[in-house]
Amino acid sequence: MDSDEDERVPFSRRPEWSDVNPVPQDDGPNPVVAIAYKDDFRETMDYFRAIYQSDERSPRALQLTTETIRMNPGNYTVWHFRRLVLEEINADLHEELDFVAHVAEGNPKNYQIWHHRRWVSEKLGTKAASVELQFTKKILALDAKNYHAWSHRLWVLETLGGWEDELEYCDKLLEDDIFNNSAWNQRYFIMTRSPVLGGLQAVRDSEVSYTVKAILSNPPNESPWRYLRGLYKGDHKLLVTDTKVSSLCLEVLKIDPNCVFALSLLLDLLCYGFEPSGEFTSLIGGLKHSSGDTLDAKFANTICCVLERVDPMRANYWAWRRSKLPTEVY
Amino acid sequence: MEPSGAPRLTATQQEQLRVEQRVFDTYRVLSDVSPHTQSLILELWRDKHMEFLTRGLRLLGPSYHVLDANRPWICYWILQSIALLEETVDLQLENDIVDFLYRCQDTDGGYGGGPGQLAHLATTYAAVNSLITLGGEKALSSINREKMHAFLLRMKHPSGAFRMHEAGEMDVRACYTAVSVASILNILDAELVQNVGDYILSCQTFEGGIAGEPGSEAHGGYTFCGLAAMILINRVELLDLPALLDWVAFRQGVECGFQGRVNKLVDGCYSFWQGGALLLLQRLSLSVEEQLKVSYFGREKEMRSGHDSATSNLHEGERPDAGLRPGRELSNIKLNDIGFSFLEGETACGPLFHSIALQQYILLCSQVLEGGFKDKPGKHRDFYHTCYCLSGLSVCQYCRSEDFGESPPPSGILGPYANLLEPIHPLFNVVLDRYYEAHSFFTGPS
Ligand SMILES: [Zn+2]
Repeated sequence: MDSDEDERVPFSRRPEWSDVNPVPQDDGPNPVVAIAYKDDFRETMDYFRAIYQSDERSPRALQLTTETIRMNPGNYTVWHFRRLVLEEINADLHEELDFVAHVAEGNPKNYQIWHHRRWVSEKLGTKAASVELQFTKKILALDAKNYHAWSHRLWVLETLGGWEDELEYCDKLLEDDIFNNSAWNQRYFIMTRSPVLGGLQAVRDSEVSYTVKAILSNPPNESPWRYLRGLYKGDHKLLVTDTKVSSLCLEVLKIDPNCVFALSLLLDLLCYGFEPSGEFTSLIGGLKHSSGDTLDAKFANTICCVLERVDPMRANYWAWRRSKLPTEVY
Repeated sequence: MEPSGAPRLTATQQEQLRVEQRVFDTYRVLSDVSPHTQSLILELWRDKHMEFLTRGLRLLGPSYHVLDANRPWICYWILQSIALLEETVDLQLENDIVDFLYRCQDTDGGYGGGPGQLAHLATTYAAVNSLITLGGEKALSSINREKMHAFLLRMKHPSGAFRMHEAGEMDVRACYTAVSVASILNILDAELVQNVGDYILSCQTFEGGIAGEPGSEAHGGYTFCGLAAMILINRVELLDLPALLDWVAFRQGVECGFQGRVNKLVDGCYSFWQGGALLLLQRLSLSVEEQLKVSYFGREKEMRSGHDSATSNLHEGERPDAGLRPGRELSNIKLNDIGFSFLEGETACGPLFHSIALQQYILLCSQVLEGGFKDKPGKHRDFYHTCYCLSGLSVCQYCRSEDFGESPPPSGILGPYANLLEPIHPLFNVVLDRYYEAHSFFTGPS
């Protein structure tokens, strides 16, 4: 832990600051949403205002922003000024990364540190890639769904590179927690953007198999269901004709006829022109029976009815979908 | 293969089960008591909320120093909550708030997080919405619109997106706050709007929702921001609306509240971000339907292309009819009128989510008896969650009204009818009558 905070010497008693006149905050005579600042916070900000207004870009200004940011890492003005100072004094940017890492430990969900990190690593260029991937990995080990960390990681990959081990890392995260939707999103990002894989079309077959396996091991997990649709994004025709998709629905519904994700995918397949036959006909026939639907009702209609019943939270949505079914649908 | 015995639960499953347990415990109490007691339990504790809110408007404890660069936000969260509760602040305080926000206004336009701080789009949005919520000549005329326009232009990046502040981060939140402020102040123009639609479109993900940046994960807050911004710039039909609707509709869980992302925990603030998005989609249902029908039977190919190709080739203006709602002429649409005309006419369909269930989550799981609202049971109250739980509650209460802001039927209100809040303008999240006042003030006599 830091010891400097306990032993903090007020700026007013530091000889190297004796030439600076602190500038108090101009809150007016009757302040609102006034924060009862502690003395050291107020004093530090008063000195920051003085240096910011005089635009002094010096090593001591850098030190001042360090102290200010430690007290409130959410102050974007301080971060912004710090970048101006860093540029002016040609500071060591590797040291800067250590500073950000230190601040990030206590505040991993703060916008400013991540923006700052991006700024620093952009300046360092491709040589920063592995450090940045390591850094986000460390943050994600504490919170595997940290939104900022993921956004940063995507940016690093796209801007600085370092794709080589990304899929392996993603595999590992999904192995740990197959419900981690951020990892599924990362997987999609890898499949669509990684220069080493050759694009969605090249990986589709193997990815579909991977996803089908994930779904079968845990049908109530929404993430792989959305990922599966994503693999056919923009190509409904292929989604409908690829028998792996329809058979997956069938297989899941045989185990759990009320599986909302399977039913909703099947509904979309029907809407996109899927023509059910054989086992499907008897399966939906069974659903029809249980839903009390009239026998001549269309399959898609039946599925909406079942969904309204088994998924009451979305009953309004399914009823709306039912009212908008195309006339040509099965 | 799993070893014998119960399969090991993942971290996501364990956390989810813990929260479900707590939420269901809360609901169990409700089912065990008489209807009279039920009604008491479901009451909105107005006095307690007002106490919590008005206290914060003057003085905040030392721990609030972490929000020292967000003070206009604190103003907005509190003022919007008070307005939703149909209350006002006294004149002295009102003047002091106008004075304070004036001190946050940058001489070059926009508002910072406190006096002397760099202008920032998010605090600009908060300050403008605060002043509109206060209303009146003094508050509204304190905004320098000319300088504001210059500030917004300075924040604009050639890609179309906006930066949060000078050399700051770029994302969908920045786009929304910029567009919202410009629209409500009647200074939105073609230059500000250029390529914003393409940027937001590039943030719609394979899941259906919208992310903060291209490639990131679909997220409730960004989804509201992206959708509302797209509506305000007349480009909403670039989005895959059926996919968006499906994704948002699926975010309401067994806890009755909304989660922000797939497989994340329920949180009261998404009552507004997701619930509000569903209210917007309800108003847009004809456009969603139009796209849905185009998607049927593989007709999508010739009508619209997938988002990857759309983002790379499409430029604003190449498809001048892309953002039109059916039956409207392009020439009749003026950018700054969109927020106003969005309120006109009847809603073509009923609510697209379970509005009663959501009210139950807000009143029983988020409401704090001592005043204020929180994320979920086990968390502490704060002004942010108070604002967005109340905003979400208002969305629930009015989503069955055919005309905007029309008193809803009692069947749409959970708990006593006295729980009814003020209606909001869902694109800006300010109370409806304050919006109308601002609209006539900024559009001037014509
Ligand atoms: Zn929240």
